[in-house]
Amino acid sequence: MGAIAQFFQAIPLDLIIIQTVNGIVTGMILALIASGLTLIFGIMDVVNFAHGELFMLGAYIGFVVFVATGNFWLALIGSSLVVAILGAAIQMVALRPLIGRDPLNTILATFGISLILQNYALWQFGPVVRKIPEPIDSQFTLFYLQYPWYRILIAALSAAIIGGFWLFLKYGKFGIWIRATAQDRVMAQAMGIPVPLVYTGVFAIGAAMAAASGVLFAPMVGVNHTMGLDWVLKAFIVVVVGGMGNFAGSIVAAIFISLLEAYAAIWVDPSHAVIVSFVVLILTLLFRPTGLFVAPR
Amino acid sequence: MTFAPLDKVPPLSKMRLSHTAVFWIGFCVVMAVLIAAPLVLPEFWRRFLTEVLIWGLLAMSSDLLIGYTGMISFGHSAFFGLGMYGAAGALLTVSPPNLWLAILFGLAGAAGAALFVAFFSTRLRDIYFAITTLIFSQIFYVIIFTWTQVTGGENGLIFTRPHLWIPFLYDARFTTTTMHWFVLAVVTASYLILRRVTQSPFGMVLQSIRENEPRTRAVGYSVERYKMMAVMLSGLFAGLAGVLYAIQNEFAAPDFVYFLTSGDTVIFNVMGGIGTLVGPIVGAGFFQLMRELLARLFGDQFPYLIPLGVIFIVMIIFLPQGLLGFARRWLNR
Repeated sequence: MGAIAQFFQAIPLDLIIIQTVNGIVTGMILALIASGLTLIFGIMDVVNFAHGELFMLGAYIGFVVFVATGNFWLALIGSSLVVAILGAAIQMVALRPLIGRDPLNTILATFGISLILQNYALWQFGPVVRKIPEPIDSQFTLFYLQYPWYRILIAALSAAIIGGFWLFLKYGKFGIWIRATAQDRVMAQAMGIPVPLVYTGVFAIGAAMAAASGVLFAPMVGVNHTMGLDWVLKAFIVVVVGGMGNFAGSIVAAIFISLLEAYAAIWVDPSHAVIVSFVVLILTLLFRPTGLFVAPR
Repeated sequence: MTFAPLDKVPPLSKMRLSHTAVFWIGFCVVMAVLIAAPLVLPEFWRRFLTEVLIWGLLAMSSDLLIGYTGMISFGHSAFFGLGMYGAAGALLTVSPPNLWLAILFGLAGAAGAALFVAFFSTRLRDIYFAITTLIFSQIFYVIIFTWTQVTGGENGLIFTRPHLWIPFLYDARFTTTTMHWFVLAVVTASYLILRRVTQSPFGMVLQSIRENEPRTRAVGYSVERYKMMAVMLSGLFAGLAGVLYAIQNEFAAPDFVYFLTSGDTVIFNVMGGIGTLVGPIVGAGFFQLMRELLARLFGDQFPYLIPLGVIFIVMIIFLPQGLLGFARRWLNR
């Protein structure tokens, strides 16, 4: 018993609280990415391999806009708009011809897109890490740390975007179209909903959400061309753990996994902390293949 | 049932030549060209052709999953990489370095990875399978990248080539020519084995899983077990490709365990034509040729993956069968 008591005493409470805050912040960004991914999957049956690259490209475009205007919020909005248009274009050119074919074709197509986008970013911006400065640089004291308010702001903004999107799905006209298409696309089409337009719109919205999270995240670690794959992998894990196409599940899973990784980083090297999310994924696949946060049918 | 008019039935001798003979004649012609190639090609293209064959073997192994079982694997880099590191382990720890031991170790490494991946990801279908294989290959990448004491971390492992040693018959250093022939022999043997496998009852079950999984299950086949076997087999051949690559280039690097290798494998498959076994080799050749061509035209810094990515997407939309798709049925008969 003594060993157990010692173990609990050895847990540094201050570190845990700090890591909880950190985990929630990255969890909210991850939730923003993953909700776009799961939205696209839920409506279109498309696993968007290029989602991470849209995130990365969003961060780069935010950087470009920021350099041009010097305004972070303009960068956030501008980048989301540009990437939304890009997403719509991608959907119309590469994915629309594949509707009705084996869904595996769309994986391959979006994988091709991710290759193109990633190499374009490398070619255009080079391997140098670019950084957007934080729009607010005030900090507050969290134990012995000067914790930047900006991180709290990211979490709040991500939550606001997700919440706004949820309201839009619930009450907006286009949102209702989206939900109708998700439920039954043939019937939706019969009722006069322009399903192809809904598809394009959904892809654009998902892309814009990825871009927004890219810009929000950029001040924390900087932008480089390989960040897309890391994040899309995490987002995939989140989406599988949360239940594919399950909007609420993926948000819960994003925070859950980020928290776990943050706690793991207390004891092990942060580069190994990723393995925790892999383990969660494996356990999920073993015991609840439909997702942890879905009621089993 | 309808019968052809009697006078339209071709003579028996012609009929016999129709498929089997033509296939093997074609096979022999291609083999002859490939055997003769290193004797006429300059050094650079000799190595190039050898590497195309190795990439082709990797792509061919994943074709067993993509083309025949209908499962897209985005994790073949794990098998390939484990094959590489397995060979490296054998060559670094055992002296004198032994070629067959390297192959054995590489296959064992790949089999271990394949067992792990097969056990977990075959419970899932379609997209989920693709994503989980990708994530599993990434696990191996993280382990290899960070376990510096054993794997050399970012720098990888460097070793010397073993002798080409055939017991009682032959023992000499590899030259680029004998290396080419050795790789060609391994790839050809793998092709013949895989071809036999896909035509066997086992291969038929795999194809029926691709066509209709619930029905295959309903007929009474244990779909999971067949899928696991397919992943294991595919992983073994991918590991073999990794061993060959390690011996050819005398190093093992974590870059090859990274996702991009798996991505390339899938591209080779789609470009060459899935479900043909030789298609992936053609795809690998096409891809590497285009890459070389673009590098020569626009310089080394040119992002060759942009035009190749565009070609890839265009092919998915307009030519989903790939370059050899037109011959798919004929090749599999």
